Parts: sequence; structure tokens; C-alpha cells
Amino acid sequence: MGQINHHLSDQLLIGYAAGALPEAFNLVVATHISLCDECRARLGSFETVGGCLLDSGPAASVASDALVNTLKLIAEGPKEPPKVSRNRAGNVFPTPLHDYAGSDLSAVRWRPMGGGVRQARLATSGAATARLLYIPGGTHIPDHGHRGTEMTLVLQGAFRDETDRFGRGDIEIADQQMQHTPVAEPGAACICLAATDAPLKFNSLIPRIAQPFLRI
Amino acid sequence: MTQTIPDTDWAAHLQRVHTHRDQNAFAALFAHFAPRVKGFLIRSGASEPLAEECTQEVMATVWHKAHLFDGSRAGVSTWIFTIARNKRIDALRKQRRPEPEEVTWGPEEEPDQTDVLALQQDTRKLAIALAQLPEKQRILIERAYFADLSHSEIAEETGLPLGTIKSRIRLALERLRHAMQ
Repeated sequence: MGQINHHLSDQLLIGYAAGALPEAFNLVVATHISLCDECRARLGSFETVGGCLLDSGPAASVASDALVNTLKLIAEGPKEPPKVSRNRAGNVFPTPLHDYAGSDLSAVRWRPMGGGVRQARLATSGAATARLLYIPGGTHIPDHGHRGTEMTLVLQGAFRDETDRFGRGDIEIADQQMQHTPVAEPGAACICLAATDAPLKFNSLIPRIAQPFLRI
Repeated sequence: MTQTIPDTDWAAHLQRVHTHRDQNAFAALFAHFAPRVKGFLIRSGASEPLAEECTQEVMATVWHKAHLFDGSRAGVSTWIFTIARNKRIDALRKQRRPEPEEVTWGPEEEPDQTDVLALQQDTRKLAIALAQLPEKQRILIERAYFADLSHSEIAEETGLPLGTIKSRIRLALERLRHAMQ
């Protein structure tokens, strides 16, 4: 695994830890964490904060027969089948993507966007959308409209913009103020997972994840 | 908020649930955690009946997954928090729940007791640091976790300017990091 230089913000990790993000953003966060041990550890810290808040937080009284009912539920046996998430080495897609895009690149149904660029929308519920982008080496990434907040996670290849280079595992968090012209590096195509809440410009997430001080 | 620093060894209770299917140990866990889980779900927007139903399901999951608890990776309150969080996504937000790829931890081994103790100490330290945050900062951190509110909505509710909210949350996180060093 290469060096990852661009990470998730505290706000996104808190949102993920607390279960407060739209599905498309959760998908990008889970995919980044699959590649990034540092953010995995930071998520662990934010979940511990959540545990402390749960422990000290206000309690709501439960029904008088709650324990009895719970023991009945227990007697019915587990509801969820145990999850098996194995991945083969070298797969471009970390496991969280498998439920959305298929088990690897060959399963993706791309749609041309012009200039050799392709995209595939992924089905997620809620206020944000997710898609895969395929940008041939040396090609400008088309204007994908930073009307809201957009998270772009590199899965293969790399792109550069005025600020830096983004390789596999790196995540760029852009807001509507951000003016940039990313270009895929020459060579292998750059494949990214992108999520945006742009259709809802005044969506609640914008102010909290767009702030520069929250970036690493 | 009362400063409740965990003194009960919940990990030992969970161990008894796992190895002996001990209903008394489970009842003690239930008495402590079920009302807190319900409080979390209500603050996340669940109605009273939905929160009650989900709380019972969360606690049933605690029983069924007790064998997966690893005290060297998370404390009991953290572990139950993640189960409640998952229920919030499944039942309240009705979203699919993408999870990070599992890390391979090698062959199943008993967790190292030194790691378990270190983690318990860290969690306790964090709980104290959280309890000692200035109230204004702590309230905003709690809202970032529990309420499904954006900063701008918090601003409307509290009448605080957005910049003040952001800097209070940032200060709170800095204090917590400092306390953990």
C-alpha cells in the first residue's frame, strides 16, 4: 500500500461514527478506511468518544417488560447472517464497494461522458449521490460541478491539481468555493469514487464539512 | 451531565454472557445500557415506540454477538455504541450500511490483558476529559454525535453564530487530544 497523504476530516469521521451521514458519504468513508490505517485508528477514537457519550448521556426509561421481551427475542436466535468480507489481494475495489459496483472493475457498467471519460452511477439512498469515474491518463477531469460538497477518493492511478498529487487511497474534499482543474497523470487511467450532495445545495452537510480548518 | 466514570467491569459481564449464557450478567448489562441506548435513539430522532423496539433489538444483538467482543480493541460502552449506531442507520435512516474491509488479525487469540487494561485506562481518561470540557463545548460535541443537526440548524436553535460553533467544536477536540497525550 502506498503512502496516503490526504485523509478524512474530523467532521466526516464523527458523522460516520455516529451514523449521521448520507449513504453515499458513508460509502466513501468506509472505502477510504479500508485503505487507510490512520483513519481506521482515528475512527476508533471517535467511536470511543461516542461510547463515553452513550455511557454518560441521558437515559430514557424502558418498558417494564423490556428485559423479558428482549430475552424472548434472544430465544428466537440471531437475525443477521454473519458477514463475510474477504477480498483478493490487488483488487482495485475494497470490499465496501462490492455491494454497489460489483466485485471488481470488470463488473462496472460505464457510461461515456465524452473525451474518453466514463462514469457509473451507484445506487444509494438519501440526499447524496455516488459514482465511479474513469479518466484516461493525461486527461482533464471534466467540470463535475462543485455545487455542494464533493468527496473524491482515488482507487487507481492518480490526479494532480494546483494543490497536490492524489494517488490511490487519497481523498479530496472540495466545496463550492474550490476552483481547481484536476488532471489525470499520464499512464494508467485514473479511477475514482466520488460522492456529492450537490443536488441539494443547501443541504445540512455543506457547512460542517466544507470548512478548511477541519481538513487535515 | 453527572460524571459517571465506569466502575463496573462490564467486560466481565459480557464474558459471562458469552461463556455461560448467564442471564443475571445480561440483566445487569441491560439495566445499565438499555436506557442509554434508548436515550441515544430518541435523541437521534426515533419515536418512543420505535426507540423501545430498537433498544430491545440492540440488546439482543449484544447477547448474540458477545463472542465477537474483543476488549483489546474497544471498551464495552464503545462496542454497544457501535451496535446502537448501526441500528440507527438500519432502522431510523433506512440506509444500507457500507462497512470498512475487515483487518486480518491473524489466528484467533485471546486478547492480551495488557492491551485490554491500557484500553480501559484510555477510555476512562477520555470519559473524564469529556466530563471536564467546558459545558458550551461539550453540548456542541454531543449534538454533533446525537442530533441529526447541521451546524446551521444548531445555530438557529442556540442563536450562536456559525463561526462560534465551529471554533467551539474544534477547541473541544483539541482539548480531548491534549488530554489523551
